[in-house]
Amino acid sequence: MQMDNLEEARRQAEICNACRYCEGYCAVFPALQLHRSFSEGTITQLANLCHNCRGCYYACQYTDPHEFNINIPQVMAEARQKSWETFAWPGGIARMFQKRGSLIALATIIGFAVIFYVIRVLKPSGGEGFYAIVSHATMTSIFLPAFLYPLFSLGISLRRYWRKVDGEKITWGQFRSALISAGKLKNLSGGHGDGCNFEEEDRFSNQRRYAHQAVLYGFLLCFAATCSGTVMYYFLNMPGPYSIFSIPKLLGIPGGLLILVGCSKLIQLKLKADPELGSARVWSGEMGFVGLLLFIALSGLLLFSLGGTAALPLLLDLHLGAVLAFFLLTPYTKMSHGFYRMAALIRDAQMKSESKK
Amino acid sequence: MQKGFLSVNTHYDLAVIGGGNAALCAAITAAELGAKVIILETAPKPYRGGNSRHTRDIRCMHRGPLGPLEGDYSEDEYYEDLLKVTGGKTNEQLARLVIRSSEKALPWMQKHGVHFQPPLSGTLSLTRTNAFFLGGGKSLVNAYYRTAGKLGVDVLYRAHVKHLQLEGNHITRVDYVYEGQQYQIEPRSVVAASGGFEANLKWLEKAWGPAAENFLIRGTPYNRGVVLEDLLEQGVQSVGDPTQCHAVAIDGRAPKFDGGIVTRLDCVPFSIVVNKEAQRFYDEGEDIWPKRYAIWGRLVAQQPDQVAFAIIDSKSLKMFMPSAFPPTEANTLEELAEKTSLPSEKLIDTIATFNAACGSSDAFHPTELDSVATTGLTPEKTNWARPISEPPFYCYSLRTGVTFTYLALKIDENAQCSTATGPVKNLWAAGETMAGSILSQGYLAGLGMMIGTVFGRIAGREAANYANG
Ligand SMILES: Cc1cc2nc3c(=O)[nH]c(=O)nc-3n(C[C@H](O)[C@H](O)[C@H](O)COP(=O)(O)OP(=O)(O)OC[C@H]3O[C@@H](n4cnc5c(N)ncnc54)[C@H](O)[C@@H]3O)c2cc1C
Ligand code: SF4
Ligand code: SF4
Repeated sequence: MQMDNLEEARRQAEICNACRYCEGYCAVFPALQLHRSFSEGTITQLANLCHNCRGCYYACQYTDPHEFNINIPQVMAEARQKSWETFAWPGGIARMFQKRGSLIALATIIGFAVIFYVIRVLKPSGGEGFYAIVSHATMTSIFLPAFLYPLFSLGISLRRYWRKVDGEKITWGQFRSALISAGKLKNLSGGHGDGCNFEEEDRFSNQRRYAHQAVLYGFLLCFAATCSGTVMYYFLNMPGPYSIFSIPKLLGIPGGLLILVGCSKLIQLKLKADPELGSARVWSGEMGFVGLLLFIALSGLLLFSLGGTAALPLLLDLHLGAVLAFFLLTPYTKMSHGFYRMAALIRDAQMKSESKK
Repeated sequence: MQKGFLSVNTHYDLAVIGGGNAALCAAITAAELGAKVIILETAPKPYRGGNSRHTRDIRCMHRGPLGPLEGDYSEDEYYEDLLKVTGGKTNEQLARLVIRSSEKALPWMQKHGVHFQPPLSGTLSLTRTNAFFLGGGKSLVNAYYRTAGKLGVDVLYRAHVKHLQLEGNHITRVDYVYEGQQYQIEPRSVVAASGGFEANLKWLEKAWGPAAENFLIRGTPYNRGVVLEDLLEQGVQSVGDPTQCHAVAIDGRAPKFDGGIVTRLDCVPFSIVVNKEAQRFYDEGEDIWPKRYAIWGRLVAQQPDQVAFAIIDSKSLKMFMPSAFPPTEANTLEELAEKTSLPSEKLIDTIATFNAACGSSDAFHPTELDSVATTGLTPEKTNWARPISEPPFYCYSLRTGVTFTYLALKIDENAQCSTATGPVKNLWAAGETMAGSILSQGYLAGLGMMIGTVFGRIAGREAANYANG
């Protein structure tokens, strides 16, 4: 974490700690109040608990032009980004992505799509459906490592995070409490259920919360669809392509639609939101990431509906390229925030039970 | 979009002067009764809401649990609490009107967008008597501006009202300055809700002498009493003592204006307080909050240069609410004297004398009057007297922070203003501009906002009825 932002976060946290007006908005303020001074680890933890809902900014009597110049969502966004950049393994890639995210995402998709195209042209396979274009073996040999690598990388990052915030052994209860909070996106509810102040000054709205959950649950459905497909392929001897009433399709199609709707909404909201209340530095990276997710959902759904047309092979190249890019970039993009957020919520549950003792 | 309002031809039924809690309650109520309302607020948008943006809670009577409030808080108990802080100097009729109306005011607030912290959710919302705004006063103000906007109320920021023309028993004209230019409108009714004059140092000086120059103003720099003074000059009647203002001791490093709640310091009972000559001057353990809170502003104002220094040692550091600015820290008293520019020998002597006068501190209890006192010391410390002995030592500088003034417009129970010859037919006042009738000295936490809410609604109702009639 850069020293100046850390110092700035400390200064603001101390003012909030003397004020405490925002304690009802989210988990950040009750967590903040457990401290008198703020170590780098504490700021990192607070920053990863912050959901950038901006409620505290619009409620604050000390925002610019006031000389206290409080802007908690921004200072926390900056600290959060910095922490991800520091924890990412290997370092460097993350920083690059944050800056040029949209470009990198685009280049990666195209790059991978070209590779798929080449594989396809050089090695025509003998399967059915998609596998007539790219063989199943080719797909798994590419995607299995591409799936495992980010998990490995994120594992290292999360361990670094856990050390930084003095995390302890996790209990089931703590995990469960974090899961519930994430599942409901409690910290974006504003403490009163009317939601956050993301898109239009002090107006409360649940749009961001709902859009985010559409993406999250859509993603989980798509993930479940892939898993069910894998199980059917390997264990039930039921190779694809699957009919519309099969489990992978019944999970995947609504999942894809949810991601599509959610991402479009998130992009729209982000365009409306005031960049000064987030980390303006990584705006492109965040947009690039949502765009990538949206493209995957869209191309996936198109694959399904355009099956059998001449556009299919090219579309498949692009879709697979995007999925591959998504997986490989996961540890360095906004995608990783879900993992850090879970860790922060678990740590928060630990701190809460400690303070009660 | 602000330009649109500048047309002299735009007709308004009601002009509300000011943009804080009282003004907004009046504007919303009037708009709901069908009046076309304009709010003239002198502050730019980020500073709208005056002192109301600095508040955190409101006091409310209730029979049984009500919204965020638990238990009950009767009219009589509320009134007793008011008598205690004002020493009996209140207008009983108006005070009881506020108290009685407060029970209905809270649901009204919720209906108009104000969110409260759920009971027992945090450290602030512990009480039975006061409901805490979720997000504090600025979020309340925001909610009201949203509601008012939806009702078609126009708001002109940076509109500085200079003069209300009183002719006979009518206000005929409102003059204001916007972007350096003079404008006037002729609304049918006017509600004055432009706060007190606490940010007007010249005016404070009349009561306090040159000492006032060193005062810090806890709230908005925009409450300069321009409208109040203008109306008083034209013979509108007043109440309250012009020499009185509510002042507390706050962090000496607070900004001149608008430092708000975070500049409060709760360290006094655990400290010894000395002036710049390193001399103690008052019993730091006299009483618990809120009385202590109010007396120290006055005490510091009487010291040379209007400054004081609260000194504690490491065992007390975490016994009070955290401060916005870290204290000066030193490992020895010499070092502390050097860092704070206090005379070193005198400081060491004062502390040694104090320490020697401390007895056993076994009965020390930080949250109640524990009678752990000094013996044979002047001034004595009657509670929480523990030696200042364990380094590191800490020092907070203190200054006088003015909260509000008591001189106000005199009103009747319809919030209507009057001159010696009777009521001004189309002028009402709400909030701090008239609160002096009820609060003539002292302060009861959460009453300021309730006075503004109750009288804001009454003024809005009366002004709309007059305009409609
Ligand atoms: C730090 C602090 C904390 C407080 N905490 C609490 C609390 O928790 N609970 C509580 O009940 N009370 C509290 N108070 C007191 C409370 O702030 C006041 O009682 C209340 O805000 C008064 O409301 P009002 O609408 O009358 O005035 P304000 O909210 O001060 O509004 C006055 C408005 O008039 C405008 N104005 C002034 N002059 C002009 C002009 N010439 N032309 C146009 N506009 C003008 C100002 O810009 C301002 O917007 C606190 C006060 C301070 C300073
Ligand atoms: S963000 Fe502002 S209002 Fe909220 S706790 Fe911090 S200082 Fe107080
Ligand atoms: S931006 Fe929202 S989530 Fe972040 S600290 Fe402020 S209120 Fe909490």
